[in-house]
Amino acid sequence: MDILSLFVIVPVLTVLILVFAKDLKQARTIALIGGLVQLGMAVNLLFEYFKERALVPTSESPMLFVKDYIWFENFNIHYTIGVDGISVAMLILTSIVVLAGVFISWKIKDLPKEFFVSLIVLATGVYGFFISIDLFTMFIFYEIAVIPMYLLIGIWGSGPREYSAMKLTLMLMGASALLLVGILGIYFNSNADGGALTFNILEIAKVNIPFEAQKLFFPLTFIGFAVLGALFPFHTWSPDGHASAPTAVSMLHAGVLMKLGGYGIFRVAMYLLPLGAIDWSWFFIILAVIGVVYGALAAIRQNDLKYINAYSSVSHLGMVLVALLMLNKTAWNGAILQSLSHGFMTALFFALIGMIYERTHTRDIQKLGGLLKVLPFISAVYIIGGMASLGLPGFSGFVAEMNIFVGAFQHQDLFHRVATIATISAIVVTAVYILRVVGIMLMGPIKNEEFNDLPPSTWFERYGLYLLLIPIIGMGMAPLWLSDMILDSLTPFIARF
Amino acid sequence: MDFTYTILIPLIPLAVFLILGLNALKIKENVAGIVGVLGLLASTILSFYTAFQYFFKVGKVDGVYQTFVEKTTWMNFTDTLAIDMGVLIDPISVMMLVVVSTISLMVHLYSRGYMHGDQGFTRFFAYLSLFSFSMYGLVLATNLFQIYIFWELVGVSSFLLIGYYYTKPSAIAASKKAFIVTRFADFGFLVGVIMIGFYTGTFDFVTLNDPIALQDTASPIMQNIGVTFMGFSVITTALVLIFVGGAGKSAMFPLHIWLPDAMEGPTPVSALIHAATMVVAGVYLVARLFPMFHFIEGGIALEVVAYVGGFSSLIAAVIALTQYDIKRILAFSTMSQIGYMMMALGISGYGGVEGLGFTASMFHLFTHAMFKALLFLGAGSVIHAVHSNVLQDMGGLRKYMPITNITFLIAALAIAGVPPFAGFFSKDEILAAAYESNQLLFWVEWIVAGLTAFYMFRLYFGIFWGKERVYKHAPHESPLSMTLPLMFLAVVSAIAGLVPFSQFVSPDLVGYTTHIHMDIAAMSVGIGVLGIAIAWIMYKKETTIADKITSAFGFFYKWTYNKFYIDELYLFITRQIIFKRIAQPFAWFDKNVVDGTMNLIGNTTVDISKKIKGAQSGKVQDYAFAFISGVVIVIMVFIYFMN
Amino acid sequence: MIPGVTIYEILTVTTLLFFIGVYGFVTRKNLISILLSVELMLNAVAINFVAINKYLYPDMLEGVYFSVFIIAVAAAETALAISIIINLYRLVTSVDVNVTETMKH
Repeated sequence: MDILSLFVIVPVLTVLILVFAKDLKQARTIALIGGLVQLGMAVNLLFEYFKERALVPTSESPMLFVKDYIWFENFNIHYTIGVDGISVAMLILTSIVVLAGVFISWKIKDLPKEFFVSLIVLATGVYGFFISIDLFTMFIFYEIAVIPMYLLIGIWGSGPREYSAMKLTLMLMGASALLLVGILGIYFNSNADGGALTFNILEIAKVNIPFEAQKLFFPLTFIGFAVLGALFPFHTWSPDGHASAPTAVSMLHAGVLMKLGGYGIFRVAMYLLPLGAIDWSWFFIILAVIGVVYGALAAIRQNDLKYINAYSSVSHLGMVLVALLMLNKTAWNGAILQSLSHGFMTALFFALIGMIYERTHTRDIQKLGGLLKVLPFISAVYIIGGMASLGLPGFSGFVAEMNIFVGAFQHQDLFHRVATIATISAIVVTAVYILRVVGIMLMGPIKNEEFNDLPPSTWFERYGLYLLLIPIIGMGMAPLWLSDMILDSLTPFIARF
Repeated sequence: MDFTYTILIPLIPLAVFLILGLNALKIKENVAGIVGVLGLLASTILSFYTAFQYFFKVGKVDGVYQTFVEKTTWMNFTDTLAIDMGVLIDPISVMMLVVVSTISLMVHLYSRGYMHGDQGFTRFFAYLSLFSFSMYGLVLATNLFQIYIFWELVGVSSFLLIGYYYTKPSAIAASKKAFIVTRFADFGFLVGVIMIGFYTGTFDFVTLNDPIALQDTASPIMQNIGVTFMGFSVITTALVLIFVGGAGKSAMFPLHIWLPDAMEGPTPVSALIHAATMVVAGVYLVARLFPMFHFIEGGIALEVVAYVGGFSSLIAAVIALTQYDIKRILAFSTMSQIGYMMMALGISGYGGVEGLGFTASMFHLFTHAMFKALLFLGAGSVIHAVHSNVLQDMGGLRKYMPITNITFLIAALAIAGVPPFAGFFSKDEILAAAYESNQLLFWVEWIVAGLTAFYMFRLYFGIFWGKERVYKHAPHESPLSMTLPLMFLAVVSAIAGLVPFSQFVSPDLVGYTTHIHMDIAAMSVGIGVLGIAIAWIMYKKETTIADKITSAFGFFYKWTYNKFYIDELYLFITRQIIFKRIAQPFAWFDKNVVDGTMNLIGNTTVDISKKIKGAQSGKVQDYAFAFISGVVIVIMVFIYFMN
Repeated sequence: MIPGVTIYEILTVTTLLFFIGVYGFVTRKNLISILLSVELMLNAVAINFVAINKYLYPDMLEGVYFSVFIIAVAAAETALAISIIINLYRLVTSVDVNVTETMKH
């Protein structure tokens, strides 16, 4: 058994066992064990990757542990899997967030079994997406990841959940329709140099797809993925969706699922259609920069914690898109690091918001106040998360943002300069909305008598938070190994430009 | 000589921070105090040992101070550009180590008494350690990015400490303001750093400050000097932007608005961060890059520094005249003195005696740290005794607090520039340097010297002399843990001026001899004594002169009292323009236009489906009719075509 | 095979019968009447099967089998439909198709 397929098999097995679970206790134990096994596999994969990479340099084989099984011969569809440094990092992110999500849902009330099943099906899709190097397989895993979202929000959500779930699913489905057209466009051009039609990314990367086709299919593929990455103006599903979703789902969705967007853009749209990317980059840079500034400014005026975090995500993920479109290694490195960093941070935030909501039954910051006194642990973690979010050195956000800024600054023309400066200016606005929340919600006098005896954080909540804090601080303190691993994996990409 | 061990100087406070921070709720007050003080004591000993080794043993080779660098790669940007972490030992960093260690140790000792019995005692010491760690890291930074990293960290420690009393709305507002204003300045700093990195290919101080490369247009650092931005070289622009960062942290006009409010923090914090160490980081930053500032395009950036410094020192001194909160008076005084330092750097030359401005600035940084920390700690002692910050609540305290009285007086004399106290020597050098290179700034600073003497003694007489107030509890002298640091700093403030500073610190690292400039000294002492004398007349006994002058100035007084309405201007910009006119419409736009468009698409689909839904009546008969009609039509068509 | 009667006459009758059934099915509101109409259509078809079998392929029996089959199915269907109608009547006290619209929404 190859170590990559395990990432699909283990979650599937977990789901199968979950079906036999009788109550919450059994369900969560099974999910926890599954999550732990996945985390172990991800860490193991990291070490294996380093070992293997030392033997096989990137120039020889961009992907490691490649396995290829033919699946549907007529259309040359394969189940092809393999990883490079970027996917390894993403797999670690996913496994950590999934495990943290299980911890946070420790006391889920309604239909626990079904909840965990949906959650892990979603995770399966994400794992599969990150390991596949066959476009078709990738697309299928993408859909597997998106569909359970509808159930998770529609059944376990709160507020206008049907509306949000429907909006989210429809927008993402609309995007995947575009995406499918884009992928098929790539497929039918993959024999441009002679040879057979193929879905294999590594094979297509060797083909010179004609410029006209690239120009046509790049925006389709880009938007298809970017809707998931909350590209302005297609981000509106995200605030509503997150606000209605249950805690663990928000965590997984913002922390992992939205990363599929950036990753897909990078791996598919930009890697396979480089000329299209160069041709279209100016247009999407404008949209992405608007997203960065706009998300941050919109977050200033929100009062609902989840909305604040959702708009903050729009801003942070906008940075990922800006960085990807800057088309150089430093910025790309920043984009990947920012994806990881945002994944951990936003999952942390949603977890904290869930805990606060569970205790106080409100997410309106104007109604909260003085939580630092009554919930010291949760509040302290919130402040740390906030500091990470506003790019304080020592946390992951700083490392990522600096790479993005330095990378973006490599372009000398006025257009890119303006875009870069506008992006950098978002760090000031970010500080404003983070400190606003900290000031109103955590500091100050206690506004509600009932808040005086809120239950303290429980062990599973703590574990969930620690799990997310460790990588945030680890990345921020010692970024060298991670950033070098990613930089190394970027070599084949930059060779295309 | 290997200076690798200096890495321990920041790491020890970091360890203390982690120990105290992770167990903030469990560790008892006594233990926290002892751990904090011992940790810092270790760092202080190492700092002094380093200073001794550097200045007297190994630092000087052939009459030139050497720069020692130990570093390791922290993160790679590109193949050539990376962030390093390490320590850089040269005269100014060692001098700063001494300053930071001394003040921080004194503040730690003092806080044990001052914060005694406070609920968050352990948290307080954890924050102090975090600050010390960041400040040491900033001082020892080997490159621009490292300094930026620690720059942000001191910013956040400052935020945490200002907001230490986190249930007090004014403290929250102040901490937010401090963080956001400096963050805004750091935005400039960051862009400057990235520009430097891009156009010169390095962040490293040693490479950037190499005077030979800076004078050779073909060198890698200077290759892009021809690229211009708005008429100036991009390097000059970058330096100005870096100075914006420095100005934010050092509370230079117009980014000074956070400093007075920062006085909401506990007084030891004001002494440590907002008087002696963090706020001079901007001065240190400019000094760090002094060769660049000096050589790039003939020092245009340096002129900006000089004028901003000069103007800030004047405006702050004027505002300080009218304030009543004793900590705010000291805050404006700090701003004014930092303006002095900036101005001195700005007018300095590079080689030999030309570099007097640089030396004087560093010298003033050194002496100012001592006497300003003393002033703040003294003010803290007073506040501790009378439980108020406001000058009107004080008076005649000299009888109750003899030690505080004497030490405060020494500090006030030092800042007023009365010989033989420390401030006299450093201020004299600054004025002498200004006299040589820029007459306008010299006269401005000369007036500021008089204003300084006046408002300091207004403060001194107001607290310790004047009319005795009715106190709820009889004020009493603070405990030994608080007065001991006062006495130590008083001694230092009295004698620090005798250090032959120019031998140690000079821009070209060679060192030279200075002497007191008698004519300038006479002028500065003259105006200083005049200021003291006026204050003596107006405030030693309660008189009505002050009120008369106040009403005579009327309008101007009101403007000054309200700090020239700069805060209100900022408030107007942020509240009315950014929040109301930009952020609010953005939020509205998102909800209604962007989201509205998406909803419109959805709703249109729903509407269309509603319209055609009528065909699906749900009545089997209708379906059957349609079905049969269809069959009939199909058959007819079929038959028609068959024939 | 009935002497003197051609297949055309029989087919005309069954066609009439069938369309009377269609007409009844479409226009009647009473479920029982609709059921009767359905029966008419089924019977028309059954007669067609027998007639065509007898006139065109006299030596075969498939058509007869089919009509027997249809009668059986029609009987079962009627039983089922009647029971549904009775249940429906209990529920809404009506056998009018316009009243039974619950599943439309």
